[in-house]
Amino acid sequence: MNMIEAINDALDLMMARDPDIVIMGEDVGYFGGVFRATAGLQKKFGRNRVFDAPINECGIIGAAVGMAAYGLRPVPEIQFADYIYPGLDQLVSEAARMRYRSAGEFTSPITIRSPFGGGIFGGQTHSQSPEAMFTHVAGLKTIIPATPYDAKGLLIAAIEDNDPVMFFEPKRIYNGPFGGDYDKPSRTWKGHPGGEVPEGYYKIPLGKARIVREGEALTVLAYGTMVHVAEAVLADKGIDAEIIDLRSLVPLDMETVEKSVQKTGKCLVIHEATRTSGFGAELVTLVQERCFYHLEAPVERVTGFDTPYPHSLEWAYFPGPVRIGEAVDRLMKD
Amino acid sequence: MAEGPVEKGTARGNLPPLELYVPEPKYRPGDVVDYSHLPVPPAGKLARPDEACPASETWPLTLDMVRVLDEDDNAVGAWNPGLDPETLRRMLRTMALTRAFDDRLYRSQRQGKTSFYMKCTGEEAISVACAMALAGDDMVFPSYRQQGILISRGYPLVDMVNQIYSNRADPLKGRQLPIMYSAKDYGFFSISGNLATQFPQAVGWAMASAIKGDTRIATAFIGEGSSAEGDFHAAMTFAAVYNAPVVLHVVNNQWAISSFSGFAGAERTTFAARATGYGIAGLRVDGNDALAVYAAMEWAANRARANQGPTLIEHFTYRAEGHSTSDDPSAYRSAQEREEWPLGDPIMRLKKHLIALGEWSEEQQEAMDRELVEQVKVATKEAEKNGILGHGMHHPFHTMFEDVFEELPWHLEEQAAQAMRERGIKWPEWKERDDA
Repeated sequence: MNMIEAINDALDLMMARDPDIVIMGEDVGYFGGVFRATAGLQKKFGRNRVFDAPINECGIIGAAVGMAAYGLRPVPEIQFADYIYPGLDQLVSEAARMRYRSAGEFTSPITIRSPFGGGIFGGQTHSQSPEAMFTHVAGLKTIIPATPYDAKGLLIAAIEDNDPVMFFEPKRIYNGPFGGDYDKPSRTWKGHPGGEVPEGYYKIPLGKARIVREGEALTVLAYGTMVHVAEAVLADKGIDAEIIDLRSLVPLDMETVEKSVQKTGKCLVIHEATRTSGFGAELVTLVQERCFYHLEAPVERVTGFDTPYPHSLEWAYFPGPVRIGEAVDRLMKD
Repeated sequence: MAEGPVEKGTARGNLPPLELYVPEPKYRPGDVVDYSHLPVPPAGKLARPDEACPASETWPLTLDMVRVLDEDDNAVGAWNPGLDPETLRRMLRTMALTRAFDDRLYRSQRQGKTSFYMKCTGEEAISVACAMALAGDDMVFPSYRQQGILISRGYPLVDMVNQIYSNRADPLKGRQLPIMYSAKDYGFFSISGNLATQFPQAVGWAMASAIKGDTRIATAFIGEGSSAEGDFHAAMTFAAVYNAPVVLHVVNNQWAISSFSGFAGAERTTFAARATGYGIAGLRVDGNDALAVYAAMEWAANRARANQGPTLIEHFTYRAEGHSTSDDPSAYRSAQEREEWPLGDPIMRLKKHLIALGEWSEEQQEAMDRELVEQVKVATKEAEKNGILGHGMHHPFHTMFEDVFEELPWHLEEQAAQAMRERGIKWPEWKERDDA
């Protein structure tokens, strides 16, 4: 199963289990979404529960807040993460703080699904990785799966969660894992352990990282697409690195991170988002605060550049094997 | 025409230079007010379309004004809701109680018992009459000037004061600005300081009610100033697209802090007229006429309940007091505006109507007012036992970290522990209190 199918499967399953779940978003109804994540759901669950929305993210998120106040569990889709901004106020000032400001009277159990990240020639309006912005907001959870297996299990957990959850789907790996080399085609999820998606209900708790590969020499922290790039680069380099797929930025599984860095003494943080004030800055700080006396080298971060995503130079922007390789070499020098 | 790159920023030929128009209110401090430009149509003039009429039939009503109480204090015309005297007295009493509450809590703020207060003086008819025309379980998405709805629905005054004092009995745990109530059991949504956000939320709630085949409707209130927010247009679009059972109110009280309604577009058309472009029903109502407000709300609520769709109601009124206790209206508008307001005072008008009916008297009004002042006084005294703002009788420290998420994650646990350590240093005497 690829990640799109896994997400569709999770939505299908959860809608059948809970009549309060509704899906709305641009093109999600009859058409099933531009990435087909909601394909077939309107037909199965009716137009009352899966329906298209006007091109108005403020309205989509604002209406979801009202629906949640009524008692529904909306799962709106924002077609691209780049388009959340028109709905940002409803998200950060309203949904994120509803429980707090009403002392628990009203809550916003909303899961906002949105494809994010680059690598598909989406230009600067279809490629951003805005996750750090949401981790900065008190009251939002931010979840990013890296495999179809995780996508299904995490999405189920997100929908069941009683807090608003940003569920960012790395669109570069919707169809298969990816090694980060611009001239190498994507693989497929077939045969990949994360591509084995069991039928039926299972969930992966929010806030639990996944150890992708155990190792002693270096801890690599990544999420989404970058997990696969890290895996490919480090396999090529033959370094005994421990790769951790964070899965969840808020809540963050700091315990797993600490344990790993204290074991390896070295840490590399990778993300595709722009560098300045990216989530990497938070991770590096946390590692420095908690593992300083175990560190054998400065904590490194590999990120996208502080530019918008350039359409024609997308592969120059992307933090691929070269950038990661240099950082690994620096870290492993001593 | 194209002759290569255009040289920018220079006037060409005989074309006049373009001019930016910046609206300016008619009167500033010291000016003599003349409201003759403001048409006040006679009460009873307008027809009352069938509640199931096409939205387009309401177009004339969005430009005119629904009025019921005439110059002689009689209720006239097709919009007269025909309420019995008992209901009218209850309406009057609730409006007067709202004013008494405002007056008292305004003074509490001036006495330093809280940081902030907002009165709704002159707008009592809007919230009270709307609340009375709704079913008790219809959901209200209010702005900060609909305290009359909570009071109409019987929410305890003492809890309102507890919220305003942010004390240890504040239902919102001291987290919200005073007057930003939340009362789910009373169908009163949590108030946001970010304006107009409640508009699309109300539509979403109404959509949910329709999805579930419920019979309850939603209603929301914003000021005319915040109708300029994108949220207004999002709400109108969603309400129209999904035929949501919602009634959206724009309370046009003429002033958004110091910006007059012209900055929200009032010089071009009425706020009610905006309904037309969305294909939804619209009504413009004399907001100082409790009977007109009641009739409009009832009409729109019945329409929504019958799956005939949303309505936008503009209440034409005047914000008699400052925007809030942090505002000084004498700095930007003529003091005469309030005195000369041609639509009068909503409480006085309803009182005179009841007197004209022979169902009320000045003496009864005075006795009622005394009683209401006492009722509010008792509530504030009771609330003060739970503390006033800044006097330590607030919710326990740990509550600051609760409700960010359903469960406390590790980083908030750590920060809570830090807050407790700091407390021991900053205020060692609090160790003795049951303030864990």
